[in-house]
Amino acid sequence: MNINLTLFGQMVTFAIFVWFCMKFVWPVIIGAMEERQQKIADGLDAADRAMRDLEAAKSDATDQMKEAKQEAAGIVDQANKRANQIVDEAKVLAVAEGDRLKAAAEAEIEQEINRAKEELRSKVAGLALAGAEKILEASLDDEANRALVDKLATQL
Amino acid sequence: MSGENPASTTEYIQHHLQNLVYGKLPAGFERHTESGLEVLGADTWTMAHGASEAAAMGFWAIHVDSMAWSIGLGVLFCWLFRRAAVRATTGVPSGMLNFIELIVEFIDGSVKDSFHGRNKMVAPLALTIFVWIFLMNLMDLLPVDLVPKLMGLAGVGYQKIVPSTDPNITMGMALGVFILMIYYNIKIKGTGFIKELTMHPFNHWAFIPINLFMELVGLLAKPFSLGLRLFGNMYAGEMIFILIAMMFAAGAGSGLVFGGLNAQLFGTETNGAFWLVIFVLVCGVCWMNLKGKISTGRTVLLTLGLLTIGGGVFALGGGLMQWGWAIFHILVITLQAFIFMVLTIVYLSMAHEEDH
Repeated sequence: MNINLTLFGQMVTFAIFVWFCMKFVWPVIIGAMEERQQKIADGLDAADRAMRDLEAAKSDATDQMKEAKQEAAGIVDQANKRANQIVDEAKVLAVAEGDRLKAAAEAEIEQEINRAKEELRSKVAGLALAGAEKILEASLDDEANRALVDKLATQL
Repeated sequence: MSGENPASTTEYIQHHLQNLVYGKLPAGFERHTESGLEVLGADTWTMAHGASEAAAMGFWAIHVDSMAWSIGLGVLFCWLFRRAAVRATTGVPSGMLNFIELIVEFIDGSVKDSFHGRNKMVAPLALTIFVWIFLMNLMDLLPVDLVPKLMGLAGVGYQKIVPSTDPNITMGMALGVFILMIYYNIKIKGTGFIKELTMHPFNHWAFIPINLFMELVGLLAKPFSLGLRLFGNMYAGEMIFILIAMMFAAGAGSGLVFGGLNAQLFGTETNGAFWLVIFVLVCGVCWMNLKGKISTGRTVLLTLGLLTIGGGVFALGGGLMQWGWAIFHILVITLQAFIFMVLTIVYLSMAHEEDH
């Protein structure tokens, strides 16, 4: 159990091993470990963020869906309304057209009737005149007769 | 037992506690060699044959076995951790790397717990101390006789395979730590270190001598307690292994059947009591034969059986005790390595702290 040179031998060896560990072992291992830690932390962070993004996207999608639905409903409503309106308008137009056609037809008929009446009247007057001529054969005043006959004709 | 049967237990123990020494024998030393007595004409560097020559070498000697095992284990440590360092990636670690990282993380935690200064050296220092001392202590768990006996067969007379049972080794490390303590004390505190030594605990100029004495004793006690604690624990543990080996293996090792008588007549005195019991039992058997209670053939069988059981019990008992002590010792070696490391960290931490 003597104290001897081994003491210094061990001190030198100790120093060498500590130096080696400090230079080539510790920083490398600790560095790798810290880097990994950072990586894992980043990964967890990213996962968290992705989760949050997903949530946001989900609610966003729901919102948009709702909006789209509303819009669609609005559009359908409007379309319905418009269709009704078009139908109504068409109805009104049709009615008006009908009325117009009826009126025109009535007017034509009236005209036709008037013309027929006129014709009839003039023919009747001519007929009456001819008849009277034949009846009287006398020298009746042509002028006075005609006025008489016209009067008769208007009374027809 | 080491080599040939040693003549006595004392010799056995001494043989186990003798380092393999290479050193300088002084001129005029009388050497007992195979060719007779030889008086050295000049200082000679040589291997010591036995304890007396090792003692004569004094300071100028080196414990070859301690140094070799210590360096070998240190290289093993460096190789293991360097390999892990090379393979360390930021990916998923596996196998050995996991284990290494476990140790590194543990050391890192210990250092962060008790060291608050900024120093890149403390953590690697702690790692080196912990693993190296642990490996050196671990050699204690090899069977005490195995390596010395193998080395004996190879022609090497002495071999102590546990470097931490050598005070040179433990004190060498403790002194290394002490030098670092002094260095950082001066580097960080400058004159504050001197103030700490002289103005504490009594902050008055008149108390300077008393303060100096107290602080110096406290300062010097640190490396001594550090080195001697490890040495003492490991030395005591080694001693118990040797004692168990001696007490039990002596009987069992010298032959299962006739080992009892052999040990009783020529061997050690430690197992006498046990062999007395066996001896009385054997006498009883013989007496029963004389009285005609059992046949002669049976007598012989019973005697052989008793002696076999006696040897077997010793072998088994010795093995169990070694095994039990080894299990307990696992705790001791880890704890001692840990204590040495923690105290180193604490001492260096104190060296870094400005206010006392």
